[in-house]
Formats: sequence, structure tokens, C-alpha cells
Amino acid sequence: SPVPCRSASSLALILFRAFLTCPDACVFQMVQDPTQFDVLVMPNLYGDILSDLCAGLIGGLGVTPSGNIGANGVAIFESVHGTAPDIAGMDLANPTALLLSAVMMLRHMGLHDHADKIQTACFDTIRDKKVRLKSLLGGLQYFCSFKSKFQTMKAACL
Amino acid sequence: METHVYHLQILNLLTKLGLSINGKDKLKPQELSQVVGALKNETPQSRTFIRGIQTVTLIPGDGIGPEISNAVMKIFEAAKAPIRWEERNVTAIRGPGGKWMIPPDAKESMDKNKIGLKGPLKTPIAAGHPSMNLLLRKTFDLYANVRPCVSIEGYQTPYTDVNLVTIRENTEGEYSGIEHVIVDGVVQSIKLITEQASKRIAEYAFEYARNNQRASVTAVHKANIMRMSDGLFLRKCREAAEKYKDVKFTEMYLDTVCLNMVQDPTQFDVLVMPNLYGDILSDLCAGLIGGLGVTPSGNIGANGVAIFESVHGTAPDIAGKDLANPTALLLSAVMMLRHMGLHGHAKKIESACFDTIRDRKVLTKDLGGNSKCSEFTEAICQRMKDMD
Repeated sequence: SPVPCRSASSLALILFRAFLTCPDACVFQMVQDPTQFDVLVMPNLYGDILSDLCAGLIGGLGVTPSGNIGANGVAIFESVHGTAPDIAGMDLANPTALLLSAVMMLRHMGLHDHADKIQTACFDTIRDKKVRLKSLLGGLQYFCSFKSKFQTMKAACL
Repeated sequence: METHVYHLQILNLLTKLGLSINGKDKLKPQELSQVVGALKNETPQSRTFIRGIQTVTLIPGDGIGPEISNAVMKIFEAAKAPIRWEERNVTAIRGPGGKWMIPPDAKESMDKNKIGLKGPLKTPIAAGHPSMNLLLRKTFDLYANVRPCVSIEGYQTPYTDVNLVTIRENTEGEYSGIEHVIVDGVVQSIKLITEQASKRIAEYAFEYARNNQRASVTAVHKANIMRMSDGLFLRKCREAAEKYKDVKFTEMYLDTVCLNMVQDPTQFDVLVMPNLYGDILSDLCAGLIGGLGVTPSGNIGANGVAIFESVHGTAPDIAGKDLANPTALLLSAVMMLRHMGLHGHAKKIESACFDTIRDRKVLTKDLGGNSKCSEFTEAICQRMKDMD
């Protein structure tokens, strides 16, 4: 897949440091300090585990985008949460996951300005906390980012 | 008439515990002893407990191993625990026929004592022999790896109130070691799941839950994808659940467990799973409570053998400098005492250790203090003397 390049006129310098780590050491470090990680590539099963683990770290499947890259240039971006039949049709659903996946899609297509605009608007709305939604997964407790002080927040703040 | 009433009491208790003496479900001697123990209102005694002084094989290990082993021995002495230590070395030697094995005196000691405490062993690179942990596992058929993960007050991590146990099947699964090349560029790896091993680990998990007053056991699997292998494992867990109706049984997919674990680890109790998932999850949980320096571990084998060990490395950079943290080995030794039924001594030593850490006055460097290993040990010993 094409590597996003911020400036069209200069070559993007990507620092590539290959680290090899086993999944047990990785998850061990991940729950203590996830900020040390950047891009992780791994085989199927480890990816199943780690991708869900990392989704958990940021607040769950209701806010996690996802993209699937195929051969022949095909790419499908998706929200990975469930269908939530209990709140379907009641105007209660949280579109963040699908929206961030769509933003990922825009970046994949090279439409970075639009991607930035939509992402910023989304994150600012969430940060603002004025217009609140009940989370897709309802009533979760999750922990703040590791850089800030630890507090427990009820998931309804989304 | 009285005998009849007593019989009825036993039968009622058996039914309550989900046991039966009718039909093909013959009561095992251990189950009967638990029932009798429950009737007498005592905690069931482990098979390996012998009244009086129990001899335990001690394998100090390499690097910081000897100093943390000394710390544990000192603390046990201060606690007046009825344990006699028999030190052994487990450096691999070549046996007859060129096969690598552990020294015969170490094997003899373990076979006799059944219980062992092990420090960290260095991994030999290019020494030509397999890792010592693998050799020990094969020699004593250590089929269950048990790691209780409890948050330690005074050693803060992003996660609080963690109190769970991971029980990992340690003999087969994805680590069967059976791999082959089909054609160039295509490699196949066999994940081996057997009925016998799955049944054994499932029953151990429920036994552990019952003996340690844990409320539930959760089987962690991916039977939706690996229908036959994880399906067999899951089936054996379900069958074991039938025999232990006093313990709640749930099933959860591995990825869901990971997702929920990092969001709210307090929802988990005892987790039982095949080898690879256990490898990953046990390290994950160790990370939740603060790392391998504070995580105890026990390996349960066939024939009543059990080896408790610290799972951190040998830390050669601080070896011999009196800087090491003996907590992991100490908590593993406490786990060992509980396994032997010596709950009183276990509680005493554990409380002394946790109180010392909570106090935050005397802590080793990795826990955030700048005390020496000997000072930390002395603080724990002093606390126990004050308790008496």
C-alpha cells in the first residue's frame, strides 16, 4: 500500500529499525508502557491477539478503526464492533469507529487534507465533551493514557 | 441411627460438591479427603504435606539466583517455617547414550522431596544443549504452569486490584515442536492437542480453584477458528466443569480476553488455556501487576512433583552486588507453602513482604527505592519478629 507522504516535494524519510520481539515479551511491555511501540507487524494469530489488546488500550472496539489490504489494489476499511441490535434504529449509535476507518480510507487514497479535517473535527468534538454519546459497549471503565495521571472514567463520556 | 445420619450428611455434601459415588464416577481418594476435610471445616491438605519438617529441593540458579535464594532461606528461618532446604545444581550433563539430562543427584532429590524452589537459570547460547527449563519440564512432566497475579500495594501500576490466576498447559499445543517444510517457502507447524493433556490441565484448574477458594474458572480458546484442536480442549474443560459444580465455569475467546483484560482485569479469576495462549496471557498479566520481578510462578508435574520458581532473568549486571529484589522468588516460595498446606506460615511471610513494600521505606531499586537486597530481607524478617 502507498506510504502516506506529507510533502509532495520531498522524499519521506522513514526511520526503519527492525526489532524482533516475541508476543509474550511484547504484550508484557505493552501493558506497562505502550508508548514505546510504533508499527507492529506479525503473523495471523499474534495479530488477532495484539490488535484486540491494543484496541482495549485505547478504549475498545467502539473507537478503533481498521483497514484490510488486498491484492490487486483492493482495500476495505471497516468498523470492528458488533451490530448492537438493542440500540439499532434508535439514533443512539456511536459512528466514531466507522468514521475513523473512513478517515484511514481517505489517507490510503492520498486525500490527506480531507482526512485531517474530518479527524480533527471528530477528536475535537470528543475532547470537548459537550455533545455526548453513550458508548457502543456501554458502561466500561477504562484508563487514561499512560502519560497523564491515572483516573477511571465511565465510558459514557464518549 | 447415628451412622445413618452421618452417611446422609456425607451424601448431601457429595451432591452439593457435584460428586457422586454411584455409577461410573468412582470417587477418587483425593476427592474423598476433600469432603472429609470440608466436613471437619479444615482446608483440604495437599497430598505432599507430611507433618513435621518438609525437605525441599532448592535450585539457587545463576546470576542473582544465589543471593535471592539466601534471602528466601533467611526469611523462612525468621518465620520458623518447617522447611529444610536441599541445594542442588541443575547444569545439564551428557548422560549415557549422549542424551542431555539433569544431574542424577538433582533428579534423585526432586523425586524424593517432590517439591522444589528454583531461581533463574541462564539460557545457554551455543552450549549445544536444550534450555534447562525445557529439560526440567520433560524430566518431571511439568504439565501446568500456574501464575497468580495480584496487584501489590505500594508498587503502583496503571492497573489496580488485579487478582487473577493463569493456568497454562505446558506440554503440547503450539509448542509441540513439530514443523516441516512442504515445499520451498511453505512451512507447516503442527499444533498438537490431546484429550489426555487437556483433561489433565482442566481438572487441575478446577482443583486449584477449589483448593484456593476461587469462584470461577474461564477457559480461554479460539474454538471458533481452530474447531478441532481448541474444540477438543474446550470439550474437556466443559467435562471437568461438570465434576466441579461448586466452581463457576465460563468460556471466552482469546482476543476478547485480551481486549477486556487491558480495560478491566478485575473481571477475571482463574484462567485455563493451552500452551501458546498461556505463554502470552501469563506475561500480559505479569505486566499488569508490575513485571517479572514481583510475579510468582509454579509448575505442577505428574507424580506429585511441583517446582516453584521466579520467572525473571539472571540479571548478570547486578549479580553479587546485593541489589537484587527477592520478591518474585519469595512469593513463589509462599505459593509453595500454600501448595504444601502450610497456610499459616504462607500468610505470615506474604503479609510481611507486602507490608514492607506498602510501607515504601525499604525498597530495592527496581521497586523504586535504593535499599540493598539484604536490607529489604532484614526489614521483612524484622516485621515477622514483630508479628510474633
